[in-house]
Amino acid sequence: MAERRAHDDPPWVRSLLIAAATAVIAVLIVVPLIDVFVGAFAGGFAAYWSRLTGSPETLAAIRLTAVVAPLAVGLNLVFGIAAAWAIARFRFPGRTLLGAIIDLPFAVSPVVVGLFLMLLFGRQGLFGPWLEAHGVRIVFATPGIVLATAFVTFPVIARELIPLLEAIGPEEEIAAVSLGARGWQVLAHVTLPNVRWGLLFGVILCTARAMGEFGAVYVVSGRIAGKTDTIPLRIEKLFQDYDLPGAFALATLLAGLALLTLLAQAVLRWKVGTEGR
Amino acid sequence: MSISAINISKWFGRFLALDNVTLEVPDGTLLALLGPSGSGKTTLLRILAGLETPDIGTVRYRDEDVTAAPVRERNVGFVFQHYALFRHMTVFENVAFGLRVRRWPRARIAARVQELLALVQLEGLERALPAQLSGGQRQRVALARALAPEPRVLLLDEPFGALDARVRQELRQWLRRLHDEVHVTSVFVTHDQEDAFEVADQVAVMREGRIEQVGPPAAIFERPANPFVMDFLGNVNVFHGRVERGLAHVGGLEVAYPQYPHEQARPATAFVRTHELEILRTQPVRRAHLRARVAHVSPARSIVKVRVHAEEFGLWLTVDVPWERYAELRLQAGDLVYVSPRRLRVFVGGVDYAI
Repeated sequence: MAERRAHDDPPWVRSLLIAAATAVIAVLIVVPLIDVFVGAFAGGFAAYWSRLTGSPETLAAIRLTAVVAPLAVGLNLVFGIAAAWAIARFRFPGRTLLGAIIDLPFAVSPVVVGLFLMLLFGRQGLFGPWLEAHGVRIVFATPGIVLATAFVTFPVIARELIPLLEAIGPEEEIAAVSLGARGWQVLAHVTLPNVRWGLLFGVILCTARAMGEFGAVYVVSGRIAGKTDTIPLRIEKLFQDYDLPGAFALATLLAGLALLTLLAQAVLRWKVGTEGR
Repeated sequence: MSISAINISKWFGRFLALDNVTLEVPDGTLLALLGPSGSGKTTLLRILAGLETPDIGTVRYRDEDVTAAPVRERNVGFVFQHYALFRHMTVFENVAFGLRVRRWPRARIAARVQELLALVQLEGLERALPAQLSGGQRQRVALARALAPEPRVLLLDEPFGALDARVRQELRQWLRRLHDEVHVTSVFVTHDQEDAFEVADQVAVMREGRIEQVGPPAAIFERPANPFVMDFLGNVNVFHGRVERGLAHVGGLEVAYPQYPHEQARPATAFVRTHELEILRTQPVRRAHLRARVAHVSPARSIVKVRVHAEEFGLWLTVDVPWERYAELRLQAGDLVYVSPRRLRVFVGGVDYAI
């Protein structure tokens, strides 16, 4: 049977498909992105700057996100490397299940994740009374926001590393062990250097996702202005208050980060390509 | 340091990979584990290294029982089939790795790495990355890396497997010379009998998880213990038939076989190496021979390989003819000739294997 290939299609079909794809990207991604920057800089750079720095609540939101995102990424770095190593290198009962659990945060709505955390750590939650008795605040405070963010972004780093580790294979690690290296020496000197660009990309992507996380954080933060609002929550609040220029100004931070992520991905892909595996 | 594997058995699930194997590698020997794929040779090597644990049996380095010791504590040099060089490290760092994890002082590391790179003739490539090296160079870096921490034993998994024929030839001779210089007890795995016979002091031929024969290459070549070893060494013609009353009747040949004087016939297989067959233009008298037609003549380096067909018996035979003799005979495809064995090895009993 003859095989049909893309270049067998008549030119008008190809043109139409390309045009459709371009239109979708333009309408859904490029135009809104430009709109955000146009809206933010409509009154000039000075107005933009004062909107970002003039409001104590906005500044507090930026500060909170600057604290939460690195913590969540740090947690995921540790758990992500551990989980990826376990799944890529070992055969153990429950391995498939662990793989599925890693993907769970992608499958579950972030709002549900937030509710889980409320059920565990909220005042009426499972650990609520014990936590309250010991004066530990988790929900409606930074720890809860960090947990919610870490949970939602958990798969990012692990999913970046697992295929890389599997492609590289265990031979170099076995060689290192045969040369007398201990587990942590293998990890530090062989495994991680081999996946460093993938790891770096995972961290950047995870940071972007962590800073932009909305649903789960919305539920656990309690939305106390100037205290538990992160950047996305603050943007939403400004938007609800009809402060569109303020919302756009703050949104440029997240949009800029997204562009940076894209750039990083392109650079790292090129880097991995030139290093020849 | 001598290595002994004593009564080793190993299962992978329900597959018996090693079946009560005992092997002694004397101090300073270079031993080849030779066998077809699935014969258990690599499993035995990995057990000697500590990369696998035997289900039954003991591994000793000299008198020390190392069966339960992990590879990290055994101080072995292991060369992997695909080298497993650290791809992000330079040649220098690769060779230095085993010394760094042992916390050698910096100056001693540098000196030792230079010494090893000189030994494997890779001076000047210290700063190259593995991706920039040829296959043969990578192999030598892997060897230098394995030898750097002064291992008690050196183990190599198919060291020539991934190389093309010419580099393979060079590296064989080079490994032999290296072993004569370093003298570390070494075991290497190969499926290629040329690798084994050209390089090793001792060869252990393996089949289906068992060792069929151990000995110096010449002894194994001259006195194969059984049909499998004979056949596996290659370049051999096989004749099936029977023995009875002091005679072997195999594939149209009749030769004396006084070891079996009995009345009752038993199946037998005879082997004649390709260089032990002779091609004659005239029919010989008082010599076992077959009439055959030349089918194909092909020069193979130092000899000429001639394929002949003994039509009466449906036998295809390969004969190695020296170039001088070939010039005398002036053989051409289609010629009718006589083929006679100078030497023939008979094994009584059915042949119970397939390669």
